[in-house]
Amino acid sequence: MSVQQPNSFRTGPDERGHFGIYGGRFVAETLMPLVLELEKAYAQAKADPAFQKEMDGYLTHYVGRPSPLYFAERFTEHCGGAKIYFKREELNHTGAHKVNNVLGQIMVARRMGKKRIIAETGAGMHGVATATLCARFGLECIVYMGAVDVERQKPNVFRMKMLGAEVRPVQSGTKTLKDAMNEALRDWVTNVADTFYCIGTVAGPHPYPMMVRDFQSIIGRETREQMQEAEGRLPDSLIACIGGGSNAMGLFHPFLDDRSVEIYGVEAAGHGLTGLHAASIAGGRPGVLHGNRTYLLMDDDGQIKDAHSISAGLDYPGIGPEHAWLNDMGRVNFLSATDDEALHAFKLCSKLEGIIPALEPAHALAKVLDIAPKKPKDHLMVVNLSGRGDKDLATVAEHLGGKL
Amino acid sequence: MTTRIDKRFSELNKQGRAGLVTFLMAGDPDHETSLAIAKALPKAGADVIELGMPFTDPMADGPAIQAAGLRALKAGATLKKTLALVRDFRKGESDTPIVLMGYYNPIYTYGVDKFLVDAKAAGVDGLIVVDLPPEEDEELCLPALKAGLNFIRLATPTTDDKRLPAVLMNTSGFVYYVSITGITGAATPQADKVSSAVARIKRHTKLPVAVGFGVRTAEQARGIAAGADAVVVGSALVDALRSSLDKDNKATAGTVKAVTDLVASLAEGVRLARRVAAE
Repeated sequence: MSVQQPNSFRTGPDERGHFGIYGGRFVAETLMPLVLELEKAYAQAKADPAFQKEMDGYLTHYVGRPSPLYFAERFTEHCGGAKIYFKREELNHTGAHKVNNVLGQIMVARRMGKKRIIAETGAGMHGVATATLCARFGLECIVYMGAVDVERQKPNVFRMKMLGAEVRPVQSGTKTLKDAMNEALRDWVTNVADTFYCIGTVAGPHPYPMMVRDFQSIIGRETREQMQEAEGRLPDSLIACIGGGSNAMGLFHPFLDDRSVEIYGVEAAGHGLTGLHAASIAGGRPGVLHGNRTYLLMDDDGQIKDAHSISAGLDYPGIGPEHAWLNDMGRVNFLSATDDEALHAFKLCSKLEGIIPALEPAHALAKVLDIAPKKPKDHLMVVNLSGRGDKDLATVAEHLGGKL
Repeated sequence: MTTRIDKRFSELNKQGRAGLVTFLMAGDPDHETSLAIAKALPKAGADVIELGMPFTDPMADGPAIQAAGLRALKAGATLKKTLALVRDFRKGESDTPIVLMGYYNPIYTYGVDKFLVDAKAAGVDGLIVVDLPPEEDEELCLPALKAGLNFIRLATPTTDDKRLPAVLMNTSGFVYYVSITGITGAATPQADKVSSAVARIKRHTKLPVAVGFGVRTAEQARGIAAGADAVVVGSALVDALRSSLDKDNKATAGTVKAVTDLVASLAEGVRLARRVAAE
């Protein structure tokens, strides 16, 4: 299949929030004025040098950026091919890339005078990041979390509570991330005047996919500079896991127009693509949910199907709309890794590098194990190590047949 | 072009009373029972029927309507069966308008063009699609108008005077004023606030204004009807239906009557209201 490729992959979205046919603003009328207000507020913030300066200050001194680009020597030796670097997002304050985006959105919320912050969370990392920034800036914080996820991510639930947030378990639907997002939207529609909805990934109605991408793009911008410093050139390939896809978009976006850079996104194949999984590109088709058009897991009637992944953070039946477009354009190669492959990579990375990765980036590491051996030794590969694995220890222990 | 909805509102106007719009989730608790309820609604006093298209992820709905959609889906409901339900309803009833209400994904998946042809042929008169604001008019609103279906838009307390013209531009049939900021069935609207909001909308349009979200009793319906062209009742009817089900959520001998009794009482409330002189 040949696709007409654009001159640049970095110009989207258009003024109505579309990436090709994807994206858009599919929300109830009650929310539409709020979405337009946010778009305006974000555009003003983006154009204000004082906003960026304030952000940079917090990114350095509170988040701990830049995160290192680390040469994973023993993982490289094990694979016997490409030279593998880890972008160490797990070293950020709160233990994942999520904080980059939350900091940005909370700064926008403050400019808008909003005092009440709501968020949805799957694994709890976005919830923890939101609770953290709300504590730091003295804002009320309510986190919606599927009841199933509350059960399987107990340490993060407790962290959020310690940080002063209220965690509301969601009992509707499948009781996971998509239902948490439904419930957050229901809250927003009810509390329009004082509430800011802090979305955790590159999805939702415009301007969220663009705004979250912009805040996460610091990952890719730093990687460019750091690789230049370490190797004197650009990397040859990038690889990241994808649920909604914010860590991946953050790494990929600054490189989209460097055609020499191969880009791989890894979805969660759960029990395998013929069973229960969360791979929207591999197993879904375009539809409309949560404010945007994108690839969704659904049945023939357009009813959303249950996703499954061992990793709560990837357990979502959709994907960010810009990823959907990059897939159709052929710019990003979408792969998938099963629960078992991710578990294997999780253990291997822990033992070889002394880094316990979250189960989410373990999916990316699983595909590194496939791809890296086939590449020459001078091939520079960057894996986004988007989060740390402490939150997953109970899940992993259970899968290995034990308990903590 | 005069549609069944236009005709119904002009009749109501002649009678000098507000209309009653009743919501029913298609396929809840099963296809046959919901068809029987739909067929009984006009006689019970419903002037317009809103038929919910079940969806797994109804972002603007409260617990009652969420649960109704899931009951319907569990009993095998699909968009195709919803259209079949309308077709069967139309066999015995040609005057009461039917408005399909729901979310865009099932329609998008069905195929917009095919859906419009099939809906029109089945006897559907209008569409309310919650997650299609005017910013997305090209998706379904404009094709629907072209196909001869009314596209009914929601106006809300957050739709200010500056935005109203955009919301009303491609709206036809009637305007659905959502009386609260919130999900369906959540809060009770205040009649005085509602009538001033309706008056505000009427400064921008000649279309009838129906008011819904949170109306539960005949008394409330009467209060709202005094200041609006129609009252929409949804969650209360869905709750009445649910209360009539057995422990496995199956219909009982009392299910149809549970809904029609409440409709009859609401219809009486609406009919008792005197139209205000504001119009």
